Amino acid sequence: VSDPVEHLFRRESGRIIAALTRVFGFHNLELAEDVMQDALCRALEVWKHHGMPDNPSAWLMTTAKNQAVDVLRRERTARTFAPEITRLLESEWTFRPTVEAAFGPHAIQDDELRMMFSCVDPRLTQEAQVALILHILCGFSVNEISNAFLCTPAAAEKRITRAKKVLASDTKLFELSGSEDFRARLSAVHRALYLLFNEGYHGANPRTAVRVELCREAVRLAKLLRDHRLAATPPTLALLALMCLHAARMPSRVDESGSLSLLPDQDRSQWNRELIEEGQRLLEQSATGDAVSEFHIEAAIAWCHASAPTAQATNWVQIVALYDTLLRIRPSPVIALNRAIAIAQHAGPEQGLTAIHAIEGRERLRTYPFYPMALGELELQCGRRGAASHHFRTALQLARNPTEQRFMQGRIEACARQPC
Amino acid sequence: MSAGAPLKRLEGVSQPSRECVMSEFLYVYRNGNGVEKASAEEMQKIMQKWMTWMQGLAEKGHLKDRGHPLEPEGKLVSGTGKNVTDGPYAEKDLVGGYSLIEAKDLAQAAELSKGCPIFDRGGAVEVRPIMKM
Repeated sequence: VSDPVEHLFRRESGRIIAALTRVFGFHNLELAEDVMQDALCRALEVWKHHGMPDNPSAWLMTTAKNQAVDVLRRERTARTFAPEITRLLESEWTFRPTVEAAFGPHAIQDDELRMMFSCVDPRLTQEAQVALILHILCGFSVNEISNAFLCTPAAAEKRITRAKKVLASDTKLFELSGSEDFRARLSAVHRALYLLFNEGYHGANPRTAVRVELCREAVRLAKLLRDHRLAATPPTLALLALMCLHAARMPSRVDESGSLSLLPDQDRSQWNRELIEEGQRLLEQSATGDAVSEFHIEAAIAWCHASAPTAQATNWVQIVALYDTLLRIRPSPVIALNRAIAIAQHAGPEQGLTAIHAIEGRERLRTYPFYPMALGELELQCGRRGAASHHFRTALQLARNPTEQRFMQGRIEACARQPC
Repeated sequence: MSAGAPLKRLEGVSQPSRECVMSEFLYVYRNGNGVEKASAEEMQKIMQKWMTWMQGLAEKGHLKDRGHPLEPEGKLVSGTGKNVTDGPYAEKDLVGGYSLIEAKDLAQAAELSKGCPIFDRGGAVEVRPIMKM
């Protein structure tokens, strides 16, 4: 159970910006950000003296709302705002109810979703979409984004500034309707949230806390989709199922000493049963309609792992079959590598190595540390210590953080210990 | 019971702070670098630090009045001509708020202020004894 106050500012900042942008129009995003920042500043100043009010979220919303009304009154002749409010600005007080409406509890959820759909504009790269979602909806500063994605602050800044400029050509937030455009954007939102979650789950960032945070935000945003009539499609449920089933295994991926622990060695008693059950429920609910998405397949694979009592007792045949399907939907050497590892689990290491050597486009795995690591692992199981050690050394050079480095170091030492 | 008994009972007992003669002090918070550039998460952390610090002062009986934050804008009325000029003022001298503190002397009041999170962002606390009547 997480503390409701934890990350309150971060969470509310996204909601406030979304509501303000609806009122001000997308071209005034910067103004919305200033007003949001100001509302947080006021909360900080007042609360540090007097403590938090009983309903801090309502306090922040009211403050932002009042600020918005002030801005509209002050700037109504100098700026153009959102089309839906511009007409109302002509008479002095009629815009207040519109502002109130934008900040209503239901409206604000819609505003957040509309903002999410606006951020996945097809004119932007996927990296820019994800950065923008983190920045606007999750309240991550440019520095925090560069820290999470291990890029320079200047690069993150540039990416976000350019993305905002592109979106500023729209005056309105994206409209949620059953249109073709909506469906296309919904898949783009799925991909962005999937990317965000994966960055948290498999990412190179050495700080677990940062990665957990990215996963948590991805889950929170996916839940917003689930709670919306039009957005709660089977792929949405499958994506959320996938996130739950992965997140359930997160605590056991790093052992007490802070070292990476692979699936067969993980302490399965640490897996979060509640999340596994939630994932399973969602996966069942997602099994409607005629389209099977990549998220369905990935969630099914994750469920095979999560529901197996031990690594040996896992249904590897089914997992290989699921990987075959996944490769048809989304061909990728990383998926093919995972498939080969699953083959090794039930047909033995030699078969696994054969499958790895048959991967199409495997030169694209050259910089992926888990590629030589898998080769090393299977060679070691075949008793070829020299070859194994060679692969682990390559993996060590590719390791992206100290946790991975320690792990590879440990495997090299294991090669030396193993009897011939 | 002799008349001296109540006094005798106090001998050798260290006096609890409320029995000391406490003086009042004004903490004037000078903001230094504002929080405008801070992220939402950083702002929340700053706020929580302040709340913890204030709570600590209150629990030890040092917080006479939590005081108030001040709006950044204002007017300055000065000179015999009563000239009125608008704020804002120089950023680092800007008074962001005040609290009323009880301490046994100026040295203790200054010592207590050292826990204030304002120093993390280059701010300052001005500690001023309130003149006794």
